[in-house]
Amino acid sequence: MMKSKADEEDYWNSSKYNAFTFDDADDELSAVRPEPEPESKRARTGSGSVYGTKTETKLLKLKETKKAVNRIGPLLAEDGEEDWERVSWSGEPVGSISWSVKELAASNQRADREPAFPKISTETPSLSKSQSGISLSSLFKGKPKGGNLQTFNDGESDERTILGDSSLRLYTPELRKPKSEYKDLISDWSAEETVQRLQQGKVSDPAAGAQRADQNQNQNQNLPVCVPQGVTLEKFRSLQDKLLLLDLAVAAHDGNAITAVLIYLKRTLCKGLSLRRFCCRWLNVTFSPFGFFCSEVLFRELESRQTALRHFIHYLTENREQRLLLELLRALGRTEEAALLQYKDYKNIADENKRRDFLKSCLSLQFGGEDGNHVQDHYTLLERQIIIEAADRKAEREGKLEVFQKFPRKASILNMPLITTLYYCCFYHYNESEGTFSSPLNVRQTFKISEKQYFTTALAARAKLKNWTDVDAMFNSRNWLGFSKKKSPLSFQRVVDILQKNSAPTQVLQEYVGLVSDAELRIGLAQKHKCHDIVINTYRDMKDRQQLAEYRKKVERGSAEEQKIDELLSNQ
Amino acid sequence: MSPLDRIANVSTLKQHEVDKLYKVEHKPIVSISDQICFLIRPRIQTVKWICDVVNADKAVGKFRRYKIIFTPQKFYACEAVLEEQGVFGDVTTDEWAFYLLPLDEDIISLELPEFFRDNFLAGDQRWVRTAGSALHLLHSLFGPFSKVYGIGRCSKMTYESWREQVEQGEQKARHAEIGNVFLIDRDVDFVTPLCSQVVYEGLVDDIFRIKCGCVEFGPEVTSSDKSIKVMLNSQDKVFNEIRNEHFSNVFGFLSQKARNLQTAYDKRRGMDIQQMKTFVSEELKGLKQEHRLLSLHISASESIMKKKTKQDFQELLKTEHCLLEGFEIRECISFIEEHINRQISMIESLRLLCLLSVTENGLLPKDFKSLKAQYLQSYGADHLLTFSNLRQLGLLVEQQPGETLTVMESKVGKLVNDRAAVKLTDAFSSLAKKSHFRALSKKLNLIPKSEEDYDLRVPRDMAYIFSGAYIPLSCKIIEQVLERDGWTGLEEVTRLINGHEFAVTGADPKSKSDARRIILVMFLGGCTFSEISALRFLGKEKGYKFIVVTTAITNSSRLLEALLDNNI
Repeated sequence: MMKSKADEEDYWNSSKYNAFTFDDADDELSAVRPEPEPESKRARTGSGSVYGTKTETKLLKLKETKKAVNRIGPLLAEDGEEDWERVSWSGEPVGSISWSVKELAASNQRADREPAFPKISTETPSLSKSQSGISLSSLFKGKPKGGNLQTFNDGESDERTILGDSSLRLYTPELRKPKSEYKDLISDWSAEETVQRLQQGKVSDPAAGAQRADQNQNQNQNLPVCVPQGVTLEKFRSLQDKLLLLDLAVAAHDGNAITAVLIYLKRTLCKGLSLRRFCCRWLNVTFSPFGFFCSEVLFRELESRQTALRHFIHYLTENREQRLLLELLRALGRTEEAALLQYKDYKNIADENKRRDFLKSCLSLQFGGEDGNHVQDHYTLLERQIIIEAADRKAEREGKLEVFQKFPRKASILNMPLITTLYYCCFYHYNESEGTFSSPLNVRQTFKISEKQYFTTALAARAKLKNWTDVDAMFNSRNWLGFSKKKSPLSFQRVVDILQKNSAPTQVLQEYVGLVSDAELRIGLAQKHKCHDIVINTYRDMKDRQQLAEYRKKVERGSAEEQKIDELLSNQ
Repeated sequence: MSPLDRIANVSTLKQHEVDKLYKVEHKPIVSISDQICFLIRPRIQTVKWICDVVNADKAVGKFRRYKIIFTPQKFYACEAVLEEQGVFGDVTTDEWAFYLLPLDEDIISLELPEFFRDNFLAGDQRWVRTAGSALHLLHSLFGPFSKVYGIGRCSKMTYESWREQVEQGEQKARHAEIGNVFLIDRDVDFVTPLCSQVVYEGLVDDIFRIKCGCVEFGPEVTSSDKSIKVMLNSQDKVFNEIRNEHFSNVFGFLSQKARNLQTAYDKRRGMDIQQMKTFVSEELKGLKQEHRLLSLHISASESIMKKKTKQDFQELLKTEHCLLEGFEIRECISFIEEHINRQISMIESLRLLCLLSVTENGLLPKDFKSLKAQYLQSYGADHLLTFSNLRQLGLLVEQQPGETLTVMESKVGKLVNDRAAVKLTDAFSSLAKKSHFRALSKKLNLIPKSEEDYDLRVPRDMAYIFSGAYIPLSCKIIEQVLERDGWTGLEEVTRLINGHEFAVTGADPKSKSDARRIILVMFLGGCTFSEISALRFLGKEKGYKFIVVTTAITNSSRLLEALLDNNI
């Protein structure tokens, strides 16, 4: 069995996409590597000179500089790593910031007020507070205390809650002593105040909160009580109040507050019938509500509140509430997004057969634009990969086919992109008849791969195998007018590039460099790949004696090339 | 390097009795310790992992104390998860209001790369208040600001959030150290971060990825088998001199530096004992340090050269420049197509596609269809989701026929016969290709005239950061607004950018004149090192000092990786 060489990196598995982007062997820095500088009508001298023909000189210059630096070396030898530490920038400013912040917080001095900055309108729909009809605070003030779970907490109101789900706190022992001065503050907040509290967001953890309250007390003796208070949303029970809360949060541009209110809405609005609704949509039956379904209400209200809607979608995405999200998108008529979302689920299916079946089930979804075709291709591809993989694994195990012996497969072809699959097929199944699933021509046909794409991939695969006859044939087969001319859907410059990256020998390269029509480009490539004959012939055709003489210095002393140049120079 | 490393490294944490450090992952924590503290960004996913850890412990009857410290703040959604998973109360939570990490003398980062995706793709405003608080913190330390300019939706909201916090809080009277503030949204200018960076610091970031002001040079640079981490900032004298230079100047500079160093070392020849003593005690250390840095940056430059010559960087830059100028677009498209066909870097192909779309104001339907299909074939069908994200953000879209245009066409169409109408339609649709970027670029002269040679050694404008081919839009806007002290005369520009501009004055601009030359520029959604270099240049030209505050340092790869669909 042939051991793969070091430079033959994983050609389809190292990365999904690294089908044939091989690194060439690292050139020595001193190697003469003039880059071709294509004539650009608007070449900018600046950019041009950096990476252009001056590359060579730049590199040499750099190398010399490096040498010079190394030459100064001896003084340096004894140093260890620790000098690097000194370079590092000290954390000082960070410290100073937090220091000053602390200082700021501790200072009780009320200084002159800032010059007030004006408010600018940020695009939010103006709030119609009349929505709720009644002033909220007055509404809640009259409320009997025993009305909700809040009573349990009123005695120990230094405790933080989140989103008012106070029932939970019943299970967590509260050791703190009640602090009378905080009493009753919670239940008096209006919607505006609640949103403000939400924005300040310093809530929820009982122990830490209490500690902080203590600290605040110690530090801020003469300040009014500014203890972070728990926020409860429980008391906003009518839909109008809830929506007002939402609108206020949106108006405050605080995503955290918006999401908090949305979570509360989601929790407190029923969603029991969503499944039935889901099924009706699925069956394309028009759904008529037999009553009051709150999720529909929520969806409807969100539709007119785009900012809140985006937050809700993002929250559901992050929280992986796929079903509700799908339902929401469908209710909003965003079927294309819903389809993509469902399709995306295939990533969670590891087993290839199940994945294939899942993809098949996705075909009926309403994708937008061409996406349906792409999903169809995805399904067809995986189906085919499963067949090829099974056959090739068997062939490899049985050891009947030479190519698997010589170039053992490094990974399974399952779940690779189409072009990687095509490359694989060109590599292992090049000459198969069009009837088989693994035949490159069949793959090309099925997936309507463009000629150029097919050519590029096949060229790289055959070059990788160093099968130069196949490579050669690719250019000839296209030419039915005779034997004279090689044709390629790809520019010959690109062909040379691909061949060179697959370490083609100079005589192979030479043939294709010679086919580059632009003389300047041809010389550049020829110099890069050391195709001396082409350089010499091109200069000869251009009758450029000076360049020829110049090039003489670059070829080996006493070589055939030098001789040829000498002949040419003396001829004229 | 993580932000925490910049503040408290492992040994500091050990001194405070931290037993072991783990990365938060979705797997059980093997530790005998009975106290676990999680320092995390407020993300639902992370909190869910932690809940699993806690519940797993509970299931085996293990008792531990858990604390989650959210930084810079906690979100209700995260706490709701704790509650839903039944661990609220078992886990205590706290916040670490950590907003600003100074990466250098003039760069402050919030280190919130997720800001970009959350805000611009998902439309989630969770970080608006965070940005407002960061600004508030700066204001309380270095304010009062006398003027605030801004452009973009998020900038406006951040301004409002900051203003409210100022109103609610209290300040000490102090002398302003920073006079003016400029807020700018990343989506005002997507072109700039999509371009290849060719200024040294930007190039290093593109190739080696600078994390938190620190870069790790691998064996190919260190020419040994281990890699080293190096802080890159103004303390590094060599780096400080080349960071803003166009890459083509870096070589010249480094060799000059090497010669100077040689001369300095040579001084020691012919010294007597006393002189030698002074030399060793005073100069030698500095010289050695410089020597080290010099050889490091030379190796880094070598490595950059090698990588870039390998991937036909020249051709790539040419394509980018053509796209920026709107020149030879067909050739550009076939270049991109070949890139895709050959399965060269997935991100690079995507970058070129986006640059094409943003500069051309969308792709022609025919091109869009074919390029998308080829992209999916080369890099996998799952990029359907990536394309959907890019479309949502407007980074990669199909051209829509302009509505005003069709009205015109139908009017004209009535007057002429069918064949002429077809011709007219063609003419109109070619007009329709003129995109906002083209118009902006014309309006603001973003593309310097190309007839003259551009001397990168002596840059004459900010275009030098892109080899003289393009002045970054973001920085040009900042320059214009500062020059005009507002948006007057830029109405057309703001209309093309889609508005949301503002300029507000604090009541009392009595600040010292030097404070007014100091300008805080806050990039919401990230900025690139190239933009920072451009601002440094602008500062030098116009006598400003810019301090850049950004939600994170970004570049084309980070920008696009944030939009792939494999995260979340």
